[in-house]
Amino acid sequence: MNARHPTRRSLILSALPSLAFPALVRAQTFAPLGPAAGGFAQPSRDTRLRFPADHGPHPAFRIEWWYVTANLTGPDGTAYGVQWTLFRSALSTDDAIPQAWLGHAALTTPDRHLSAERMARGGTGQAGVTAEPFSARIDDWALDGPSLSDVTMTAAGADFAYDLALATDRPFVLQGDRGYSLKSATGVASHYYSQPFYRAEGRLILPDREVPVTGLAWLDREWSSAPLEPGQLGWDWASLHLATGEKVMAAQLRQQGRAPFTAATWIAADGSPTPIPDGGVTLTPLETAEVAGRSVPVRWRIALPDRGLDVEIAAVNREAWMDLLYAYWEGPVTIEGSHAGVGYLEMTGYE
Amino acid sequence: MIRAGLMALLSHWRRRPFQLLTLVVGLATATALWSGVQAINAEARASYDRAAGDLAGAARETLESDAPIPPAQVLALRRAGWPVSPVLEGRVGALRVVGIDPFTLPPGDVPGDGGSFDPAFLGPEGRLIVAPGAEVPDGLPPAVRAESVPPGTAYTDIATAARLLEDGGYTRLILTGPPSLTAPPLTEVAPDLTRRAPDTGGADVARLTDSFHLNLTAFGFLSFAVGLFIVRGAVGLAFEQRRPMIRTLRALGMPRATLTALLGMELLILALVAGAIGVALGWVIASLLIGDVAATLRGLYGAEVAGTLTLRPAWWLSGLGIAVLGTGVAAAASLWQTARMPLLAPARPRAWARASGRAMRWQAGAALVCGAVALAAGIVGGGLVAGFVLLGGLLLGAALALPLVLTAALSALSRTARGPRGEWFWADARQQLPSLSLALMALLLALATNIGVGTMVSSFRLSFTGWLDQRLAAELYLHAETEDQAREIEAYLAPRVDAILPIRSAETRLAGAPGEVFGVADHATYRDNWPLIADSPRVWDRVAAGEAALVNEQLARREGIWPGDRIAIAGRDLPVAGVYSDYGNPRGQAMVGLALFDALFPDAPRTRFGLRVPEAEVAGLAGDLRDRFGLADDRLTDQAAIKRASLAVFERTFTVTAALNVLTLGVAGLAILTSLLTLSGMRQPQLAPVWALGMTRRALARLDLARAALLAGLTFLAALPVGIALAWVLLAVVNVEAFGWRLPLFVFPRDWLVLLALSLAAALAAALIPARRLARMPPAQLLKVFAHER
Repeated sequence: MNARHPTRRSLILSALPSLAFPALVRAQTFAPLGPAAGGFAQPSRDTRLRFPADHGPHPAFRIEWWYVTANLTGPDGTAYGVQWTLFRSALSTDDAIPQAWLGHAALTTPDRHLSAERMARGGTGQAGVTAEPFSARIDDWALDGPSLSDVTMTAAGADFAYDLALATDRPFVLQGDRGYSLKSATGVASHYYSQPFYRAEGRLILPDREVPVTGLAWLDREWSSAPLEPGQLGWDWASLHLATGEKVMAAQLRQQGRAPFTAATWIAADGSPTPIPDGGVTLTPLETAEVAGRSVPVRWRIALPDRGLDVEIAAVNREAWMDLLYAYWEGPVTIEGSHAGVGYLEMTGYE
Repeated sequence: MIRAGLMALLSHWRRRPFQLLTLVVGLATATALWSGVQAINAEARASYDRAAGDLAGAARETLESDAPIPPAQVLALRRAGWPVSPVLEGRVGALRVVGIDPFTLPPGDVPGDGGSFDPAFLGPEGRLIVAPGAEVPDGLPPAVRAESVPPGTAYTDIATAARLLEDGGYTRLILTGPPSLTAPPLTEVAPDLTRRAPDTGGADVARLTDSFHLNLTAFGFLSFAVGLFIVRGAVGLAFEQRRPMIRTLRALGMPRATLTALLGMELLILALVAGAIGVALGWVIASLLIGDVAATLRGLYGAEVAGTLTLRPAWWLSGLGIAVLGTGVAAAASLWQTARMPLLAPARPRAWARASGRAMRWQAGAALVCGAVALAAGIVGGGLVAGFVLLGGLLLGAALALPLVLTAALSALSRTARGPRGEWFWADARQQLPSLSLALMALLLALATNIGVGTMVSSFRLSFTGWLDQRLAAELYLHAETEDQAREIEAYLAPRVDAILPIRSAETRLAGAPGEVFGVADHATYRDNWPLIADSPRVWDRVAAGEAALVNEQLARREGIWPGDRIAIAGRDLPVAGVYSDYGNPRGQAMVGLALFDALFPDAPRTRFGLRVPEAEVAGLAGDLRDRFGLADDRLTDQAAIKRASLAVFERTFTVTAALNVLTLGVAGLAILTSLLTLSGMRQPQLAPVWALGMTRRALARLDLARAALLAGLTFLAALPVGIALAWVLLAVVNVEAFGWRLPLFVFPRDWLVLLALSLAAALAAALIPARRLARMPPAQLLKVFAHER
């Protein structure tokens, strides 16, 4: 079982309050929140996720996200990538203090990477999520539909927009132990489930043209109250849509003075997940590129010997830098090697 | 060797503590005036920067409306892809409360440092972020201090602001970025909101107040220059008196380079010590003046400047730097001469040194160049800087020309001499001139500045009081609390007063800058009194008929709009029928007829009136109104009170100027004292023969006193035209640039007499010490002159 599942995106979440409250986030980052501390709700192994209720927000937890990435193809076979993310962050355990919402969206083409962000105060109607009918919104961005298995996904920045329909008939995939994802030996955990089986269809809007696209999309849902741990430098996270129908989540947490901590989940074509323990997967950078003044690996070897997976992933566009208030690299990749396919790569902490 | 040399050099100061005191006082005073002014300027600039960096401030477009903007409209705009962040602004007592939404506002625009924020800012109690040292009225949320907040302002969460101001609607929306690619046009989403270009309020303030600070800087520099004359005198004397010692040290084998370095080091130490004292004194001066400066800037420009000083390293470092630099400039010549002094040269003080014809010609040439630069700046240049170049050229040229003028004057006067004693007096006066000329130049500068600035201020005061009389023709001014109350008061007053003159105004943009429009009633009060400086036929008829507008002088001069030109007011294009003077107001202003005003600004409040009442009935009527309508004191003001308040603002505006004036004159007096002291020691060889010929020491001392008074008087006469020219430049060039108005020049001869008396007194006081010394000098000392020819 993936003890210490990488706290993917928790860095972003930790950074979230800093958008307006840098001092606050420093306090939150460096004061470890033990199970009793702070009064936030803590994930429990006994919790059984219930849908659609759990598609909605869990305001008693500190951090939560609705995170969609899509690998898309245009009529001429050009590869595109799209990201749509809504973060929720409780700034305090005090109910009277409004929660913060943050949206990130991006559109990646082989030669351009466009990104945008949105921020909102909770409780004003500017942003929020309802479970049924499902609707997640911030400003003019929306992920909504009759249910989370059938949604339209829209977002726009100053120089791009997209409008996609995502649908699937597969069940949601519970990560970890039935959706209880342990993140450290000390008991820090999150609730985590995914929907990696969306088929996507729609259009991308660029200042000079519109592109009809089809492809695959992957949703991650996660909520917890875990803060960032000291000594964590950043992480590399990949979601892979294999051409054979299986899905793979592979990630490593880079740690100061220690070997990276790894985690992976092998998801069969029918949706049944197998967690891969620490050390079961290796991610090896093969090539770095100068991106936004930093050296960032843009080609990786991912090996999962248990499942006969040994692939190289390469960025569709090396410049997929999310130049936002909290900056990181996130973009589509192509897969070659033992398996073919497409996927998404996220890398943080390359300062 | 080095140690011994340094000790020998320094021993001079131990033996002549008064000379050391003079040097230190001169340098410290110069540094103090300069750095005091700099401290004030730095504080003001920091305040402007804060105001400019004011959230919501400078750099972003806003959406505005005449009515409060409902929160639903913000949601609608954001839902449509327009990134707006609401601001709710209002006043709680004297405090300007600005409610912001830290979620939608870009972090760089959020006021204060990040440390000011914690979740409590968003909580039900809320937090205020205010400038350090700001007063927060009781009953408001707890305050957090942050450097970057402008004085008088409190930032708070928009929810807290809504609670404090009891207002749910927003004042304006900040456009924090470009809209989404797919966003519909703004006119579709929010047709009733006006898009406004970034507010340059802070920059405006900085531009307007630039002149004021340039003024202060010019004064500070002048004081510094005058102070340097003292330093020059003291250093010159010290080097002169140490010539024998220096020769001895050289003869003992101390290399020239070492000696020069030692002298330089000695000067550096003195400069640093005196500079430190000066910076401390400057701090005191600035602390004393900053309150008045802040009040002036607020009254004149509406610029908020903190009334307290912040100690900035850049400031005191630059103060020390200028002290060292000034000492270097003042001592360069002496150091150079000493360094080049031949070993075998006679060590006698160069009391006989006369300004050579070449030096005189050089100085005359420099004076001419300065005059030419001033003239060129006056003719070619426009703008404030040209104005100050003109001033600088004028003053410097005049100062350089002074020795020539005095020499000529003394030559002319010497022809009146009767007998050998008179001949000797004039010849000796001319003989002393080169040594005294530096001090006299300092005196000239101080006097000319005093005359010029005094004339400017007095002219201004005269124009200003006359203007107040014209402008404030109504006997009582009333500001009702509500329009209903205003109507009741109007009905009540109608049979009781000669006339009710509505005063209506609205903020708007005039020629692209923020300004104000007034509606003016058609009444003899205006026709007879309003201070027009340019008009056209039937000006008041056309204004009353709504066919034309009046603009204030500032707007007319800035934009070049005079009778015959046109101006757009709230979208209406109107011909300008006249221009009126409008002192004490930096902004553009226009006046239109009341009927037209109502049509253009239907929402402007109708709560203010001017009342024409016979003088005798003012007090009775005011009391009556207060009782009947429960009007607070500040809602009913009589003419005299307004005039008093206006004049108080005026006087405060020039407090700083007056203070610097007095200080500068004091410094000049000190310069004369040091020069005369320097001279007195060196003149023994000249006086001894005269004494030997039978003139008493007392008579010699009296002649010395008379000579000092004569030179001061002549310098004063020379300063008079320079001062008047200075006043003219200030009134006709600098003021027009700085404030936007031009004032007539009035002369005040009585003030000059006072100044003449002052300068004579200063010169006599300065001459008294050396004269007394001479009168009591032991004859043996005078005999020594003959005993050993040095």
